[in-house]
Amino acid sequence: MPLIAITDVKKRFGDNEVLKGINIDVDPGEVIAIIGKSGSGKSTLLRCINGLESIDDGSILVAGAHLAPDEASLKALRLKVGMIFQQFNLFPHLSVGRNVMLSQMVVKKTPKAEAEAMARRMLDRVGLAHKFDAYPEQLSGGQQQRVAIARALAMQPIALLCDEITSSLDPELVAEVLAVVRELAADGMTLLMVTHEMQFARDVCNRVVFMHEGRVHESGPPEELFGAPRTPELRQFVGRH
Amino acid sequence: MMMEFSTWDILRNLLLAARWTILLSLVSFIGGALVGLLILFLRIGKGRTGRVLAAGYVELFQGTPLLMQLFLAFFGLGLFGIDVPAWLAAATALILWTAAFLAEIWRGCVEAIRRGQWEAAASLGMGYIQQMRWVILPQALRIAVPPTVGFSMQVVKGTALTSIIGFVELSKAGSMVTNATFQPFTVYGLVALIYFALCWPLSKSSQMLERKLNAPHSHH
Ligand SMILES: Nc1ncnc2c1ncn2[C@@H]1O[C@H](COP(=O)(O)OP(=O)(O)OP(=O)(O)O)[C@@H](O)[C@H]1O
Ligand SMILES: [Mg+2]
Repeated sequence: MPLIAITDVKKRFGDNEVLKGINIDVDPGEVIAIIGKSGSGKSTLLRCINGLESIDDGSILVAGAHLAPDEASLKALRLKVGMIFQQFNLFPHLSVGRNVMLSQMVVKKTPKAEAEAMARRMLDRVGLAHKFDAYPEQLSGGQQQRVAIARALAMQPIALLCDEITSSLDPELVAEVLAVVRELAADGMTLLMVTHEMQFARDVCNRVVFMHEGRVHESGPPEELFGAPRTPELRQFVGRH
Repeated sequence: MMMEFSTWDILRNLLLAARWTILLSLVSFIGGALVGLLILFLRIGKGRTGRVLAAGYVELFQGTPLLMQLFLAFFGLGLFGIDVPAWLAAATALILWTAAFLAEIWRGCVEAIRRGQWEAAASLGMGYIQQMRWVILPQALRIAVPPTVGFSMQVVKGTALTSIIGFVELSKAGSMVTNATFQPFTVYGLVALIYFALCWPLSKSSQMLERKLNAPHSHH
């Protein structure tokens, strides 16, 4: 059974149909790169999977449970699926450690000591244990993004959604974040990532999904997709990257 | 018989009346903050009716002069045969007026928090109230402090209008003392100085807080 089953998902903003029937099944441990032109609906798809946008049609199942728009099932979904954003979105008023502890304590009611231990473990995992007491503004972009990953991991999700998580980083900081993601993939985390890092997609992903105008235009193993694109749209896209 | 007033007599009378200005300011500000908080949560909440009502409330009170609100509170309730003492009308009108402005100031502060903060909190499983309580309000509060303290000055000055419906605070005392002493320049000069003495610390602390909260690493 797929971990995430996306079936005939449609999404409109007013008259603008952004997702025109998306079908993707994600198996446990799979690492999927979503690529495509700007405006093709990549972010919208991830946001729908996390319930940040409601879908107009179709269904999304995560570990067998339906995504429904009420707060209780949204919460249940989000406990299973974490999300990392392009802009990090760390909480600026909290220290790094508190950023990672907050949702454990508030959402899962984890006792403070336990939440702190978990926060230290997760920060260690992304190589930032020594920044526990620092504030987000004191960190580089790459470090902030790694904290955001630790924060999501502390909720022990079964899958992570990553929306262009290196796009707002200075080029020299991209590698440290991708290294963390690479390790997560090696540890068997299920990953669904929108990315412009084609080399990374080639090296790390099991599957690449090419989106075009709100549809999955092509999908398959990276060597196939990049090596022998079947559609002119993908050929053009690969040529430009 | 014509009495002689020394400057000290004048000042003493004005200072006694200033106590009422201070009390009315405090009541208006605290009451206004509580009502304002309620309006704020309606205004930014999920219920459509609440949002519309709160927006209408704010527009009504911001779009009419405080003086008219005082008159309406004072004479309006009188129409229904309710005898409203001046202090009650003054406090009611000022509380409602303050609430409208504070709610609007605070709404701006909440909306200044980037959408990504809501989304990050949501994606971690927090519900609306938890997002508000742990992520949005603590940040909004920091930016709300300077304009809120700044607005408290407007409340202090706003209390002067209540003299028109006969509430004896600093301004009203000023005109009463003038009638007795025929020294309008001295009296109103002193009145103005007392208002300034009340407002200046507020204005300074607003500026100070603004600098302090804008300073980097000011969390500690
Ligand atoms: N909240 C919204 N309201 C209205 N339209 C939206 C909204 N969010 C996205 N859109 C529209 O949906 C379309 C797809 O946007 P989306 O952000 O999913 O694209 P994308 O593939 O992630 O692009 P990019 O590579 O630039 O991030 C765009 O035309 C965009 O304008
Ligand atoms: Mg996008």
